[in-house]
Amino acid sequence: MALIRLLLLVLLARPIARFMTGADVIGREHLPKRGPAIIAANHNSHVDTLLLLTIFPPHLMGFVRPAAAADYFLRDPFIGWFSRKLVGIVPVERAKAGTGADVLAPMREALSQGAIVILFPEGTRGPGTDEMGELKGGIARLAEAFPDAPVIPIWIEGAGRVLPKGALLPVPLNCTVLVGEAVPRGADRPAFLTALRDRLLALKAEAPPQRWR
Amino acid sequence: MIGLLMARAAQPLAGVAPALRWGLLGVLVLLILGAIASFALPLFRPGKSYLELQQRVWSWWVMAALIAGALIAGWQVTLVLFAAISFMALREFLSLAPMRREDRLVILLAYLVIIPSYGVLFLDRYGIYLVVIPVWTFLLIPFVMACIGQTRAYLTTAATFHWGLMTCVFNLGFAAYLSRAPLSEAPEAGGAGLLFFLLVATELNDVAQFVWGKLFGRHKIVPKVSPNKTWEGFLGGWITTAVVIWFLGPVFTPMRGIALATLAFALPLAGFAGDVTMSAVKRDIGVKDTSRLIPGHGGVLDRADSLTFTAPLFFHLLLFFNMGRAPWP
Repeated sequence: MALIRLLLLVLLARPIARFMTGADVIGREHLPKRGPAIIAANHNSHVDTLLLLTIFPPHLMGFVRPAAAADYFLRDPFIGWFSRKLVGIVPVERAKAGTGADVLAPMREALSQGAIVILFPEGTRGPGTDEMGELKGGIARLAEAFPDAPVIPIWIEGAGRVLPKGALLPVPLNCTVLVGEAVPRGADRPAFLTALRDRLLALKAEAPPQRWR
Repeated sequence: MIGLLMARAAQPLAGVAPALRWGLLGVLVLLILGAIASFALPLFRPGKSYLELQQRVWSWWVMAALIAGALIAGWQVTLVLFAAISFMALREFLSLAPMRREDRLVILLAYLVIIPSYGVLFLDRYGIYLVVIPVWTFLLIPFVMACIGQTRAYLTTAATFHWGLMTCVFNLGFAAYLSRAPLSEAPEAGGAGLLFFLLVATELNDVAQFVWGKLFGRHKIVPKVSPNKTWEGFLGGWITTAVVIWFLGPVFTPMRGIALATLAFALPLAGFAGDVTMSAVKRDIGVKDTSRLIPGHGGVLDRADSLTFTAPLFFHLLLFFNMGRAPWP
């Protein structure tokens, strides 16, 4: 199955990503070269996941696993199978957050197995405006639990135009993936979140204007 | 045995005009010299970073291989390659140009126009080609935009769509269509030879302007639009390209005498104009490159900007001087 996933990523997903978005990467040298590592990206579209899965070199693609909402991606059996086996998602039970249940457990497990976990700390896709939503605290707790896993900030420009939330038809438009240096661990969780937010906004400021007027 | 294998390997070249074979060989020699220079320079003048130069040279190899493959494979493959180039150039343009949220599906429509535009070239219907984008798309896109109903910045957006389609699809289509010229109209090296000549002249002009400017450039020519361009680069490139066109023209094209002199005079100007015009667009948008698709060069549109001007120029001069009527049927 892992081989089929890799083949589909290299032979199907990557050409699709390049056709739809051009898949420009700035700062490729900052991408982690091994797991465990945490990718923290802004989120406007399913295209974000497609891009982040396919910009890694093939020998690392097998380790890349996007965290994704269990309530959305596991709601029906086919999408669930596709998400789990081919996309390789780490399910997050969003609804159970704040109830005392350990919603981060699957991600900790993935990281301890050496995965490169993709997190969208905004928690959901934004409306495709240029604003970044509030960052959720889970990533700070996860970073604390894995002090050796670098947290790499990534700003994705333009994906919200290719396939915005609610749209069915994707439209090819160039996107740019801007990869930053690892975020240093702050004194406490709020400081870490602030540092992450600043890094993401700094990357956004570098992005070409691939946005609506 | 080895002779047999070599004959087999050379088989696809059997249909290629001898002049074009020599031309491609010449490009190969230039590429090898470029590669040697990009690896030798760091040895003689260490300390500077030569990564961009090496990327630039390597990208030339890839681009030359794609074009050469298409020219050898025939006009059908050439048309498909240029349709793909038009798509990537248009995608770069529409991604950076100011577009409104409501235009998302109009953008999809603009890409779809590539199909009929190159389709009529496939069918060899030049008369229809001349109206697919300049008349019918010109009318259709603003109408669809009106139906969608967003009137804020309506006029500028409609104009932006048309500008993008004219440069990226319509003008580049002339280059691709050259490859369909029958041997009777271009007996020197066929249609593929015409396209090869256009591409060599245009890219040589870009490179010559760059090199002359690097070596002797002092007086800025269009400082507000393109601060790196100089009079020395412009004039040096102009003369270099004109001389090459004058001597290589008879090898690849039916142009002679006054026709060839006009081309030698005008093509370097058109290449410069295309470069400067696209620079103005990029400056307006606030970017240096249109994308990062071609390492060391930027985007497709950064590489093809001169061609959007030189392709129609070469095509129409050829038509005016050497065909004298509507071209091949």
